[in-house]
Amino acid sequence: MNWALLDTWIVLAGALCAMSCALLGNFLVLRKMSMMGDAISHAVLPGLAIAFLLTGSRASLPMFIGAALVGVLTAVFTEWVRSFGHVEESASMGVVFTALFAAGLVLIVRAADHVDLDPGCVLYGAIEMTPLDVVSVMGRWVPRAVITLSIVLLVNVAFVALFYKELKISSFDPGLATTLGISSRVMHYLLMTFVAITTVASFEAVGSILVVAMLIVPGAAAHLLTDRMGYMLILSMIIGAASAVLGHIAAVVVPGWFGYSDTNTAGMMAVMVGLFFGVVLLFAPRHGILSKVGHQAALRLRIAREDILGLLYRQEEVYGTSSAASIDFGRLRLATGTGPLLGRLALLDLKRRGDVLTAGPGYTVTEKGRHGARDLVRSHRLWESYLHESLGLDPDHVHSSADRIEHYTAESMRKEIASSLKETERDPHGEEIPGGGKNE
Amino acid sequence: MTGLFHRNLFSLRSALVPAIAAAIVLCMLPETAQAVSAGLARSDIQVPAWDQVLRVLSLRDYNTRVVVLGTMLLGLAAGLVGSFMLLHKQSLLGDALSHATLPGIGLAFIFGAMAGGSGKSLAWMLIGAVVTGTLGIGFILLVMHYSRLKQDTALGIVLSVFFGAGVAILGIIQKMQTGHAAGLESFIYGKTASMRSQDAWLIAITAAIVAVGCVALLKEFLLICFDQGFARAQGWPVVWMEIVLMTMVTAVTVVGLQAVGLILIVALLIIPPAAARFWTNRLVPMLLISAGIGACSSAVGAGISAVVPNLPSGAMIVIVAAVLFLVSMVFAPARGVLIRSIERVQLNRRISHQHLLRAMYEHAELASGEAGPAAHNAPVPFQKLLRARSWSAKELRRALRAAESEGLLERRGDRAYVLTEQGLADAARLTRNHRLWELYLIHFADVAPSHVDRDAEEVEHILGHDMVEHLERLLPEEARTDRPGKVPASPHLPVADDFANGEGVVRGVSQ
Repeated sequence: MNWALLDTWIVLAGALCAMSCALLGNFLVLRKMSMMGDAISHAVLPGLAIAFLLTGSRASLPMFIGAALVGVLTAVFTEWVRSFGHVEESASMGVVFTALFAAGLVLIVRAADHVDLDPGCVLYGAIEMTPLDVVSVMGRWVPRAVITLSIVLLVNVAFVALFYKELKISSFDPGLATTLGISSRVMHYLLMTFVAITTVASFEAVGSILVVAMLIVPGAAAHLLTDRMGYMLILSMIIGAASAVLGHIAAVVVPGWFGYSDTNTAGMMAVMVGLFFGVVLLFAPRHGILSKVGHQAALRLRIAREDILGLLYRQEEVYGTSSAASIDFGRLRLATGTGPLLGRLALLDLKRRGDVLTAGPGYTVTEKGRHGARDLVRSHRLWESYLHESLGLDPDHVHSSADRIEHYTAESMRKEIASSLKETERDPHGEEIPGGGKNE
Repeated sequence: MTGLFHRNLFSLRSALVPAIAAAIVLCMLPETAQAVSAGLARSDIQVPAWDQVLRVLSLRDYNTRVVVLGTMLLGLAAGLVGSFMLLHKQSLLGDALSHATLPGIGLAFIFGAMAGGSGKSLAWMLIGAVVTGTLGIGFILLVMHYSRLKQDTALGIVLSVFFGAGVAILGIIQKMQTGHAAGLESFIYGKTASMRSQDAWLIAITAAIVAVGCVALLKEFLLICFDQGFARAQGWPVVWMEIVLMTMVTAVTVVGLQAVGLILIVALLIIPPAAARFWTNRLVPMLLISAGIGACSSAVGAGISAVVPNLPSGAMIVIVAAVLFLVSMVFAPARGVLIRSIERVQLNRRISHQHLLRAMYEHAELASGEAGPAAHNAPVPFQKLLRARSWSAKELRRALRAAESEGLLERRGDRAYVLTEQGLADAARLTRNHRLWELYLIHFADVAPSHVDRDAEEVEHILGHDMVEHLERLLPEEARTDRPGKVPASPHLPVADDFANGEGVVRGVSQ
């Protein structure tokens, strides 16, 4: 594609909008009010229409004021329906914004007799047209939308910087905020006011759908990437801006792959931020799906490994270190209760570590493996003794608990249990607790 | 109770502030007055001729008949499934779902065009809508269950990203050589007025399936809406029941897309159930009322837009539904705002009445210097009563007037009051209830005598006769009094003659 000044302005408008929305959106995500952005952006329609009917022009200021007022009123009405009607919050939001949207549609259709006010334009915006509407700033022609969105971004940054502490506390702990003298209600309406202003200022340029996407998705992605509020704000703005840039490129390039010409930039920016979110959802270091699944799998593998070692060790206790102590794979699986795949993997891993040996048809434990297994069995039997002695559980009830907790018991814990026990030689079933004297 | 009432009043006041501010700003706008009149003059609505109204009402036109009946059935089906969504606290799922259908519609159009047709095969587009709608729901569940993000964020992400994708795909279609995308817009805003009989049949079949499904699975849906844990413990296939419910919601949403558009179908899923909830606390009546409101608002809305030219029917349907919601919210007898505030005011009146009588009694008791019914009944000055509790002068005056008109007190001289015979008996009974509860708290809940007054205040107003008898049986000998009129001594009130300056000598029952 050929990059022109036009593209720069489009991308700049998109990125400015994305950053102002993302900044506020973080707080919506944290306050579990993500759908408020959607509600407000739909509900401003009647505000636009009324402002138009009143003034008879498409001048920006009255439209802006009308829409912003109705945006704030959406939050107020939702709160009324919720508190006076005892309607659940999301339902009251749904009632309010759909009703307002419908009223706006009717008004717009009435108004459309006289002048072109297209609801489609409100929804998708016309970001491609932004470079055409220019004003002169210090002798240079700059798109009006870029100016407006820069101001909005500055105002939003100032708002968040000024009320950072209050926003943070009232988002995480409204009760604490109230005891500290910060009214969460005032913060709620302040935030809603700024969301409404941002929504209205943005959607003339980029359309409400991009506003909703940029309000929620960058914040959600940043929330998965970090646990710190400051980083979350910065990350969300970076994600928003990056998806604006990539979204515009994709809007021009991607349809070409399928033999079509370009497509709607705002829509593509929303898709791009969605892709960002998908990637983060999968690969985020701590809260991503893969890392969670990976940790779980690693844990299951370790437990399977330890169970096998423990079984081989107990077998040796009975049969001595002869070939009679060898156990084949089927019995290993049966006795430890692991699945076929997990069992195989665990055995492979054990062999790689040099903990078990293939002996005839089955497996035996090596000297190195025996050492680890002794610790495990010691943990198990110490726990059984502890549960029996200190908690008064019957000997035939202690096994399953000990079987689970043995995998999470370190040397220091073993020492502590042993020191609190009277009987450290034998467990409640009469089996010897290994390594008692030698380890101390 | 009173605290709750005040809080609500307060929230009303603080919520009014922005509304008033909005009105003021609106009035301060230049030339608002002329503009209003000009705007109104411009947006003239043609008043329809009577015979035209009659034609619509009697469904004489084939077209009107299809539209009104079709939307009515749609409203009915949406009202039914929406009720379960509301009880399930998933009202906005329909919103995300309906937005998520757009890319499917667009893709189906493109594939249809590539396959050589005009692309506008309704069946394929509906299938496309179902596919991406289902994908959207799947993604919501994925985000909700496998990340730290909550339901609202998951809904918002799916809604905006899928809709964005849909808009991008529509953008491609608009620039395609083959076919033209004019019809696709109707999925966003609806095209009720041009509903054909095949659309109406589709809606009718869907509505019938949904209605049968709701009746057949009523008990199961009830269970998963109210107590999933119990349902699971009882061995119900909760996941499958959820899937059936989601399928029905998807079906209603997709067939509704055509009729009222993807934003307003959300309204039909949310508003009628929310309105029905005000009328009843029972599930089956709620389902019926919700379906009724849905059907009614659809028929009326579609009717209005058929009669009056240039009113979009989808929007009119939603406006009628919203009006019904408002009426229900204010006037409904079960949970309406009006009935609840009347009940609250009545309760508050009763409470301050009882407080007044007890304050009079305690004053008389202190004045007489010993527990039990006062021997002499000294008049209590208004100011003293005002200091006895944290009530406003207005509240106290109202309670005094009410008690006076019931013949429980008499006015003596300049704003001083005495209890009548009847008033004394009532006051003694109320005070006795209060103190019995205090004694109960001291003996059985180990609450310090200085702390029981507040707790007893919250309970005394709802102590029934049975409960009082029960308390009498439970309490120890010293506290118990066999004669109903005899009042036990207060465990915390001072014996001194002025309770404002009293030292608070605790004269508790034996510990």
